[in-house]
Amino acid sequence: MNHYLTLSLLLFLVGTVGFIVKKNVLAMFLCVELMLNAANLAFVAFARDLGQLQGQVFVFLVMVVAAAEAAVGLAIMIVLYRCRGTLNPDEADTMKG
Amino acid sequence: METLFFYLFGGIALLAAMSVVAQKKIFYSALSLIICLGSIAVLFLALEAPFIAAVQVIVYAGAVMVLFLFVIMLLDPFSAAAARDKRKRLTFLAVALGLVALAVLFTLMRAHDPATPPLAGEPPGGTDPVGRLGRLLFTRYLIPFEATSILILVAIMGVVVLARKRS
Repeated sequence: MNHYLTLSLLLFLVGTVGFIVKKNVLAMFLCVELMLNAANLAFVAFARDLGQLQGQVFVFLVMVVAAAEAAVGLAIMIVLYRCRGTLNPDEADTMKG
Repeated sequence: METLFFYLFGGIALLAAMSVVAQKKIFYSALSLIICLGSIAVLFLALEAPFIAAVQVIVYAGAVMVLFLFVIMLLDPFSAAAARDKRKRLTFLAVALGLVALAVLFTLMRAHDPATPPLAGEPPGGTDPVGRLGRLLFTRYLIPFEATSILILVAIMGVVVLARKRS
């Protein structure tokens, strides 16, 4: 149990570091997927440890939301690339105060 | 045995995750993420969640990542061109590995005999984890489950509106 939680934490940390370091919207998106999967691993580990299936139900819902998020996010990226010709999030700063 | 499994596939998942962050070309990042998702699916199997593992492979590592790769090739043509490997040896290796995977699959399918019920002596859907999960989804968590279908519908409409060409 502790091993699985440690692995989940490490994967989440790697995803967070990648999200902060990367300079490409697509790469940042991949890191978000990594973080979601780390959370899913923790959910399933808890479900096994407590002997209940609620954790797996949550993982199922997280996967559905992640699929919807990936579809909408990728569409937004295509529109962003069409409008700006770049994938660097620092250059999309029209709404910066 | 489970400890061995955990350290093997947990290590693969962690290395692949680091590779996602470390790779310069985003195409290779996406391929590393597929490896990571696959080894996490094996960990799900070890945690007695076969349905979640199957969904992970089919939906996540399959559908979502293929969508990612399409968009990467669409938006980042330099990366995709670099990923087109010229070395023929790797092509042969890929075909050989695919054939091995196919052979393993056929052996497993022949070994599995559907005539003998795998859950003999148990109440129908009683201790089978997939059956229990399905029953939970369609009774206590029916409303969240139906809400996800509305969410997916909204996502589909949003994608169509966003990706439409404006004239």
